[in-house]
Order: sequence, then C-alpha cells, then structure tokens
Amino acid sequence: MLEHNRKLKIFMLNVFLVTALLFAFYFFTLGPRPWPGVDEAVVEKIAGEHGHAMRKPFFDPGEGDLLLFVFLLAGTVGGFAAGYFWRMLMVEKPPKAGCCNKE
Amino acid sequence: MKKLLPVLILLLLSAVPAHAMHISEGILPFNWALVWFAVATPFLALGLKRLNSLAHDDLSMKPLVGLMAAVVFVISCMPIPVPTAGTCSHPCGTGIAAILVGPFVSVVIAAAALLIQALFLAHGGLTTLGANIVSMGVVGSFAGYLTFRGLRAMGANLGLAGFVAGLFADWATYLATSVELASGIRGDAPFWPLCCKIILAFIPTQLPLGILEGAMTAGMVVFLSRKRPDLLIRMRVMKELKGPAHA
Repeated sequence: MLEHNRKLKIFMLNVFLVTALLFAFYFFTLGPRPWPGVDEAVVEKIAGEHGHAMRKPFFDPGEGDLLLFVFLLAGTVGGFAAGYFWRMLMVEKPPKAGCCNKE
Repeated sequence: MKKLLPVLILLLLSAVPAHAMHISEGILPFNWALVWFAVATPFLALGLKRLNSLAHDDLSMKPLVGLMAAVVFVISCMPIPVPTAGTCSHPCGTGIAAILVGPFVSVVIAAAALLIQALFLAHGGLTTLGANIVSMGVVGSFAGYLTFRGLRAMGANLGLAGFVAGLFADWATYLATSVELASGIRGDAPFWPLCCKIILAFIPTQLPLGILEGAMTAGMVVFLSRKRPDLLIRMRVMKELKGPAHA
C-alpha cells in the first residue's frame, strides 16, 4: 500500500512537472501578447458587437501604477488574512490524535 | 511564519493589474441588472442566516470561514495566463468554499469578495454585482457542492470528488455568465445562438482553467482531511468511522 502511494505521488509529481514545463514553453514562445482577460477578449467584445459598451467603473483607479498598487494591497491583505486563519486552523488547534478515519 | 512566507510572497507576486474578468460595469441593461439582483437576494439572505447560526453554534468554524473568504477573494482576482488561448482568466474558488463551509455561506463569501473587487479594484461592476453573485456565488457554489455530494454518495474518494466539483464549479460559473450576458445584450437577436457563441469563446480559456481549479479543490480538500479531519466531519464533508483510525 505504501509502495502504491509512493508510486502515485511520483506519477502526480511527473504530471505536474510536465504540465508546468509545457505551460512555460507555450507561454514564452507561442502565446500572443498582451494577455487580455476573458472579460476584455470575450465579454466586452461580444457586448460591444451588440451595442452594449462597458462604462467606466464608479471608482476608477485608472490603468497606471495606482491600479497596480491597489491590486498589490488587496493581495497583501488577502494573503495575510489567509495566512492568519490558516495558522489558527493548523497550528493553534491541532487535531485530536486518532479521532477519525479519512473516508 | 517561515512556512507562510513563500505563500505570502507568491500571493504578493500574483497581484498584477487584471483586466476585469467578471461582467464589467454597465454592460447589462438596467432591468436585467435588477433581475439578477433579485435572484441573488434570497440566496444572500439564507447565506447570512446560515453564517450566523454556524458562528453561533460552533466558534471554531470562524477561522475556516475566514480562510475561505480570503482564499475566494485572492483566487477570484488572480489572473492566470492561458498560453493556448492567449488570454487570462481567474479560477473562482467557490467550489472549495461550498464544499468546506456549505453553498449558502459560499454565496455570502463570494458576494463580499465581488463587492470589494467592484469598489476598489475596478474588477466587475456595481450594477453587474447581482449578475456576478448569481454566476460565481450561487451557480458556482451549488454546482460544486452538489457535484461533490453526488460523487461522494456514489462512493468516490475525496480527491476525485473534489476535483470534479472544482471543475464543474468553474465551468458552471462561466456557463451562467454566458446565459446572463446573452439574455441581457441580445436585443432582438435569438438567445441560443448568442449564448452558444459566448460559451464557445470562453472554452479555450476556461477548459484548462477548470482543470486547474479542480486540482486546487482536490488538493485543499484532501489536505484538510489529513490535517483537520474534525473540521470536515463537523461540516459533514466526510463521515467519522467508529473504531481505531486507519493509516
């Protein structure tokens, strides 16, 4: 059973590595720029074709470094919140020994 | 803290300006925007009620809900480039949240994340908030939850059920977005051809991204089942078996 689990883990690791390598290859060679979001590439494009153009958001941070800053701030706050609650779940309240079977 | 540092760095690096990936401001006509708000409201109300009773009954659920809120927020504004499509999109995270804290609470979490993104990140819109809550929060959460429960009832293991649930949650979200968009912008054009056109346009990006979300969901569920099985038992994600624990 342990041997089977070990082989499964090795297989999954290989699948992940191959996928990651393929991703990197396509990203740096074949992928067109500038990587629009599906909203711009699909939603706004099709909406525009039917006469429904996007409006500016009510609070518009623009496209420059202010937007980058806001996203960075959001990522930082979200990351710290996730880390804080993760610590509460995993470190501060360890599971009882032998309490449960997995499945 | 040392173990969290790589995760935090990764999350910080993921914060790049994203072209919006929800339905943007002003795209839906006003009457349709109202319709989706009306659809979302009862789910939000039930979700808040459920969240209240969850927090009241079991204080140890608060960190799990907090973690899911942070995860959904970060995941749903994290653009992932898909080279085969040449575009970026984001996973939803509502599948994971629905499995771990229930679909109604997941709706509330998604609504909070979408509101913050619409207000401060110009990601999605305020008028389209109702539509985005319905697609990502309601449809995504329930699709993930029901898929997970159905597969577990059929005897699938946690990993497989989690993977398919995450996959379906992602795809269902964009299916719902296609329906919302097609119904709102079609004017006199027929609904189904336009809906199919939007779905086909989403496929190159969402097909691989759904698989990624499935893998993330499976990984999180399996990891939590090993580290904190008591939480999953309390949320009825898995059953407790009487007798000695097996390896």
